[in-house]
Amino acid sequence: MTNLARRVSIITLIIVLAGLSLPLVEQDGTVPYEESSLFFSTAQAAPAWLPWFGEQATALDFSELYSGASPLGLELSPKLKNLEGKKVRISGFMAPPLKPTLSFFVLTKVPMSICPFCSTDADWPNDIVLVKLLQPVTALPFDRPITVTGQLEVGYQVDDETGFVSLVRIVADTIEEAN
Amino acid sequence: MYHFNMFMSGQSRLGRVLVTLLVLVSLMSGMTVSYAAYKAPETSAITIMPIDRAKFLIGQKFDFAIEVKTDSPAKAIEVTINGLAAETYFSKQAITKLDKMSTYRINEVAFPQAGKAVVAVTVTTAQGIEKRTVSYEITADKINKPAKNVILFIGDGMSLQARQIARILSKGITEGKYNDLLEMDKMSNLALITTSGNDSLVTDSANSASAYATGHKSTVNAMGVYADSTKDPFDDPKVENIIELAKRTRGMATGIVSTANITDATPAAMLAHTRKRSEQNFIAAEMLNPLHRPDVILGGGSRHFLPKSVPGSKRTDDRNLIEEFKGQGYAVATSKTELNKIGTPDKMLGLFQLDNMDVYVDREVTKNPAVLGNFTDQPTLMDMTKTAIATLSKNKNGFFLMVEGASIDKQLHTMDWQRAAYDTIEMDKAIGIAKEFAKKNADTLIVVVADHAHGASITGTYHELDGKTGREAVRIYADAGWPTFADADGDGFPDDPNPSVTLAVQFANHPDYYENYHFQEVPTAPAIMANGKAVANPKRAEQGGVLKEGNIPTSDPSEVHAADDVPLTAEGPGADYFKGIMDNTEVFYGIVRALGLDGRKSQK
Repeated sequence: MTNLARRVSIITLIIVLAGLSLPLVEQDGTVPYEESSLFFSTAQAAPAWLPWFGEQATALDFSELYSGASPLGLELSPKLKNLEGKKVRISGFMAPPLKPTLSFFVLTKVPMSICPFCSTDADWPNDIVLVKLLQPVTALPFDRPITVTGQLEVGYQVDDETGFVSLVRIVADTIEEAN
Repeated sequence: MYHFNMFMSGQSRLGRVLVTLLVLVSLMSGMTVSYAAYKAPETSAITIMPIDRAKFLIGQKFDFAIEVKTDSPAKAIEVTINGLAAETYFSKQAITKLDKMSTYRINEVAFPQAGKAVVAVTVTTAQGIEKRTVSYEITADKINKPAKNVILFIGDGMSLQARQIARILSKGITEGKYNDLLEMDKMSNLALITTSGNDSLVTDSANSASAYATGHKSTVNAMGVYADSTKDPFDDPKVENIIELAKRTRGMATGIVSTANITDATPAAMLAHTRKRSEQNFIAAEMLNPLHRPDVILGGGSRHFLPKSVPGSKRTDDRNLIEEFKGQGYAVATSKTELNKIGTPDKMLGLFQLDNMDVYVDREVTKNPAVLGNFTDQPTLMDMTKTAIATLSKNKNGFFLMVEGASIDKQLHTMDWQRAAYDTIEMDKAIGIAKEFAKKNADTLIVVVADHAHGASITGTYHELDGKTGREAVRIYADAGWPTFADADGDGFPDDPNPSVTLAVQFANHPDYYENYHFQEVPTAPAIMANGKAVANPKRAEQGGVLKEGNIPTSDPSEVHAADDVPLTAEGPGADYFKGIMDNTEVFYGIVRALGLDGRKSQK
């Protein structure tokens, strides 16, 4: 065995072991969901081996997305621009999906209530992050904060299926309950 | 005595005849009251748009459309108006499509004469004949000395109770007598307005504003159209609206002012035609259409005017509507500072937020940076109303201005009556500015109305001074006494939105939510959507709230509109029209009667 192969197999073993311990770890103060969960892993500190895979995710806050705003538009913050294409971590709330199953959802600073008649389906706040998923959304916890880690995308994009316009996106690697 | 005996015995033949006669006479002389019978709602195979009992201003343009659903394809559709073939009556060719879903349509027609019009539709199929008759009323009613200007204030969701809450907070009450009344209370005429659209008992802001703007009922989410059965939100039969009529027939200046996205339902309905109010990018672009381009446009929602390349834009194209407006000679303002310096150009576009403007409490009282962000220089509704009137009143042909207090509704939806009350007071002060103008320009009619109600009502007061909390601290009857709001600086707004004794305002409908009866420092939604169901927002529980089980479907996370009639007050030439209980479409006829509009006239 080469050095690299040995390292990979150790990491694989650790991941498997970590996975086995999952049902035994019960979160304090949270209500277990009966629906199938989207969570790829439960909340835990970033594993020590993460840097071996590549870059460490940079923490990003909703208040850091824009450095300026006026009726003439938003100004993307230098931090956001510098992190484009890099791995980031941000905490917020999942908004109700636009359709029952979509391969993305909207992450908001506060829990969202969409009111179909006082506001329209286009009435989202400015500071939202679109989270792209590998699998379609089925059941989501909307009322608890979550932390999304993944690659940051910045710039105007329209979802072909829904016409949803987004500016800041994360291609999610992991979604965890926030601490 | 003889008669007495006769009735007592009841035996005499003459007596019986007399009694029968008495009963007959009493029936005929109206001693008993009879009512018109009515049937439960039923749907006809033939849909005629405009609907039965629709009313029109003489010369008002509209699209005449018929849809027919039959089991076998229709062979012919015959339409007459007052006995004349519709194509002859309107001197225009109909476009007819015959199938199981048949359509018949003549676009852009108008009634040239006042009076009644009876529309008879006969559809022939292999099975036989379907018939339907509807009748219309066409009015040319106008006052002798028409008003030059009309200012229409729409307090979105401003029910009678919302007005009263604002009156208590703004003016105070001493020993049962109000210290003063609101500006909107002190007007010569009062009417109650019914609010239903043609599809449903409960309206939304699009079709209710559409009734005021066109004199025709519409459907939830629709404006300036009768909703047909197709999915396309832009193909529905249109009816001409107040801004189009004011421009086309009298060359008047027109304006829309709102604290919401200026493309939101109420301001949009003054000019636009669409089945779907959420088409806000379309509505923004329609504001450039010369048919109904307002001269003054002030509000929030610049995100529907910016090209998609600009961060924050919600457009899906590269059009920069702000630049297009500049190209049309519009002065542009994006802050209160800029609005104050704008002077009185002929045309202006002011957009002060990407989204809805913030509410008065957050904008002017708490000025919470967490709520406002960078938007710390937004004008008040008073600022916008004053500038709009100064600009529009330069037009010698007069003006029509609609001013909306938009967040009265938005804050009642989120069960935040204090924020709703401050925004109601803000609109009242804007009404004060309009009344000042009308004092110097007596040819101005001011109408103040809500578009629908909310189920908020005052139960008494609430305080925790004796240690009681929650429902036990709701003070009823004699225990209620008076809330301790005060306005020491006399600006019309109470100094503290959260005094030691506040109002106990309770809602007739609500989702699951936490109630703590206190003012919320930061606006917080009562419920959020979780797995397709509205659940109580835990953020409100943090403030010591008690869970209230919802009494509306879990599909809606907000308090919803009530079908209650709403009050209208008016003053100025033509205000006499507004009295008693009126259908919401009559608000339009009161306005065009005051202005003496005649749809047959054309400026060009």
